[in-house]
Amino acid sequence: MSTPQHPTPPSAAPQWQAGSGPSYPGYTSPIPVVRTHLGHAIASEWTKIRSVRSTIWTLGVFVVLVVGIGLAVAGLVSGSATEVDYGQESPLSFGFFGVLLGMMCVVTLGVLTTASEYGTGMIRTTTTACPSRGRVLAAKSIVFFAVAFTVTFVSVTLVGLMDVAMLDGARQPTGQEWLKATLGVSLYVALLGLLSLLVGSIIRHSAGAITLMIALVLAPLVIALFMVAQALEWLRSGLFSYSIPSQIGVFYSTSLGDSGPSGWDPLWIAVGVTAVAFAGAVALLHRRDV
Amino acid sequence: MIEAVGLTKRYGDKTAVYNLSFQVRPGAVTGFLGPNGSGKSTTMRMILGLDNPTSGQVTIGGYPYRKLPNAARQVGALLDAKAVHGGRTARNHLLSLAQLSGIPARRVDEVLGVVGLQDVASRRSNGFSLGMGQRLGIAAALLGDPQVLLFDEPVNGLDPEGILWVRNLMKMLAAEGRTVFVSSHLMSEMALTADHLIVIGRGQLLSDMSVRDFIAANSAGFARVRTPDTEPQQREKLSSALTEAGGHVLPEQDGALRVTGLPMPRISDIAHETDVRLWELSPHQASLEEAYMRMTQGAVDYRSTDDQKAGLMQPLPPGAQPPVPVPGQGQPGWYAPPPPQEGGQAFAMPDPYGGRQAPNPYMAPGAPGATPPNPYAQPAPAAPQPPAQPPQQAPQAASEAPAAPGTPPAAADPTKPEDVR
Repeated sequence: MSTPQHPTPPSAAPQWQAGSGPSYPGYTSPIPVVRTHLGHAIASEWTKIRSVRSTIWTLGVFVVLVVGIGLAVAGLVSGSATEVDYGQESPLSFGFFGVLLGMMCVVTLGVLTTASEYGTGMIRTTTTACPSRGRVLAAKSIVFFAVAFTVTFVSVTLVGLMDVAMLDGARQPTGQEWLKATLGVSLYVALLGLLSLLVGSIIRHSAGAITLMIALVLAPLVIALFMVAQALEWLRSGLFSYSIPSQIGVFYSTSLGDSGPSGWDPLWIAVGVTAVAFAGAVALLHRRDV
Repeated sequence: MIEAVGLTKRYGDKTAVYNLSFQVRPGAVTGFLGPNGSGKSTTMRMILGLDNPTSGQVTIGGYPYRKLPNAARQVGALLDAKAVHGGRTARNHLLSLAQLSGIPARRVDEVLGVVGLQDVASRRSNGFSLGMGQRLGIAAALLGDPQVLLFDEPVNGLDPEGILWVRNLMKMLAAEGRTVFVSSHLMSEMALTADHLIVIGRGQLLSDMSVRDFIAANSAGFARVRTPDTEPQQREKLSSALTEAGGHVLPEQDGALRVTGLPMPRISDIAHETDVRLWELSPHQASLEEAYMRMTQGAVDYRSTDDQKAGLMQPLPPGAQPPVPVPGQGQPGWYAPPPPQEGGQAFAMPDPYGGRQAPNPYMAPGAPGATPPNPYAQPAPAAPQPPAQPPQQAPQAASEAPAAPGTPPAAADPTKPEDVR
């Protein structure tokens, strides 16, 4: 992100060698020295993310869950429902269940992208090679977000197309519904993964960060389930409608309750939370010892 | 060129490094020595900008590490051979580092060849042995073909061939005009590799000098003189003549004499003048290891003690003698005595125990010389003693293990007469 503060911007190496003291013999590498930027870090992070097995496994399971469950639900519905049963419901909404479960894989991959570097000690090698820590985190975020978004977008679009094709008794979804159920959901899931990545960078421990993220996803819903007292009704409905499963449901028009976010609101909430987490992670990265 | 000025690092209330100032120059291998926990790795981490110093600063070529433009092209480091993601192949690991610094990808295969890992380049590094991991770490350090190289314990886990290779690699890198900073606790290795030594203990600088100066300043060079075993009177004659000439004579257990303070030709002349035949006249220089151990004696945090098993021993039957401990073995302070005058004092650590008190009261009984002469510890075949020098009787046993634990070697020791020192 932030390029290193460099007192004399052009031609880094000669300047540096000139400043390296009075008359000591120096060594000059024949390999040309280039000025590094975010692009180098992105290329490096792309190599990293594609060369570990956890990426293949988590994303593989994600696709299996999203596509498999999406199609299974559509199959069940089409086998038993009549035209009346669909009512005004969009056929796209049956993709929700797969995304709900598959989300956990994206959360896991996000945490592992950063926290595994701390677990293995790789972070010391990375930070030595690129002392600009913010740049590394930004590159990780960009690469991970792109990967998570692409995989989610392809999966949910596939599920959406199949659902519409299989449930021919239901109404055709509108353009806005299509946009929310593909682009909206993909952005939301990728942002949730990015938040996990940042939490992984803050917690620096894979198991701890994954536990925290799963608690964040599930706890509000579970707590709200057992809030039977009448006096807590406002809290209960708040927890329900702002819980992450419910917010994903907004994109499929199947949220719990009408009081909570609607339209594209969940996306803006996620963007805000992720931005705050990013700022916190960068601040901690610069202050803490590696 | 690495330059540290007043470098200090505290973790909570523990001070890992205190007020450390030194320079590491290009064109030489600089060894960085210290006992475990003395702050070597912390210092290296501060040089690399991984840890922020509590106070002071360290620069490389005039820049703090985190301000260096394309740091990986200026500085290469092996900090911890296992600082890799084990699920990634060696080539992909190096490729990601090369891309991060804008290094051409073909350089990856070059360094894999340099460290001899080309055949396992596409294997995941968690299957690597310790030595292979070390080689991968060295490959990562060499990747940017940097001007400054830092290696933390580079020969850990390497086979003899690998150790030789690392030794030559360090020398070659330094000969090319690079700055090479190597930490190690293997003194023998440093003696062969390093040109210059920086020694720290308890986070503070103990010494910063060339290897030759280090040995000279911290070890007693001495001459061993052996007279014919069959004629003890010749030995007495020679030792009194040498003492008269200003030398210091210390009898060794096997009957030889350890002479300091006189050059060898002079010893030979005196022997000739006093008409004493010599069976041996040999120069001895203390090893770097010995010099280092003496210097850091007071600065060792984690010292092993003898396993006394005291609580498990059966009570001795009445009249039985307790086992005699092996003199000196495993005890602090069993290295050769310090040079006669100031040697060993120049870098003596501030002694937290006031110079007298043994740090561990349970260690005292086992240390010869710390207690009144133990009749069982005396060597049985005692050489005939000259009436002229009665005080040498007692320190003879103590000569191999002169000081009580915790006593600075050069401090006046009441158990040791002045004339043998």
